[in-house]
Amino acid sequence: MVNYQQGDLDRVFAALGDPTRRAILARLEREESLSIGALAAPFAIKLPAVMKHLDVLGHAGLITRSKHGRTVDVRLSPDPLKEATDWLARYERFWSPTLDRLAAHAEAKEAEARAAESKGTGE
Amino acid sequence: MTTSLTLVRRIAARPAIVFEALTSADGVAAWWGPDDLPVILAEVDARVGGAYRVRFGTADGLEHEAVGEFLEVAAPNRLAMTWAYAFGGEPEELGRTSHIEFDIKSIDGGAELTFTQSRLKNTASVASHDRGWSGAFVKLVRILGGPPEDANPDTEEA
Repeated sequence: MVNYQQGDLDRVFAALGDPTRRAILARLEREESLSIGALAAPFAIKLPAVMKHLDVLGHAGLITRSKHGRTVDVRLSPDPLKEATDWLARYERFWSPTLDRLAAHAEAKEAEARAAESKGTGE
Repeated sequence: MTTSLTLVRRIAARPAIVFEALTSADGVAAWWGPDDLPVILAEVDARVGGAYRVRFGTADGLEHEAVGEFLEVAAPNRLAMTWAYAFGGEPEELGRTSHIEFDIKSIDGGAELTFTQSRLKNTASVASHDRGWSGAFVKLVRILGGPPEDANPDTEEA
């Protein structure tokens, strides 16, 4: 049923880089399943442009499309998002405290340098 | 590009001092790693094509080693390098290479450091089938700047 295409993380991030596509995803998160027409309605862009955004999202594995008679239903596909968020969280956990330590170290070095400079130029 | 994690720190130190902390073995040994533990080994050859190797422990008692190669070295403003775990790290990251960048800008009272990490094209990615994703999605959208706000110029100041 779920035709989940394994998205490369780069494609996921690229897909998420566009505000219209993020708005589409945010809407699908609330509504579960929408026809393409219903999805396109709130946007000030033409249907073909919406279709292009949906292609990018589909290519990244972020949505699935399934045909029901004459309409195509679009659904959110969460797995690539999960992978992307996990990756971000993993490195944020590492770098956030690490950069705080770097900042503290550099500030101590700055204080040392200033003390040495004021000694050098003092009286 | 939005393919990355970006963190910014304002530091009360001049850019040259921040750059030195990033590019000398003594400097790196003083701050590398998320926990307040001494660095076990730091080798830094900060020139284009030069390598670095940093072995460090974490509070959980594990040892990790990060290795990479310098891609850009432009004192005191920019540093770019590859990043991989030689061992340790989190299992998901073994065998994967990232690209990391430090941009240092001079600001009033010190330096603004912008750190960026981007994951390079991966080979085999492992899909997680965990379904507790909804909050994660909201967080990710927030990190990336969120959906466009409807025009609501509610910014008048008396």
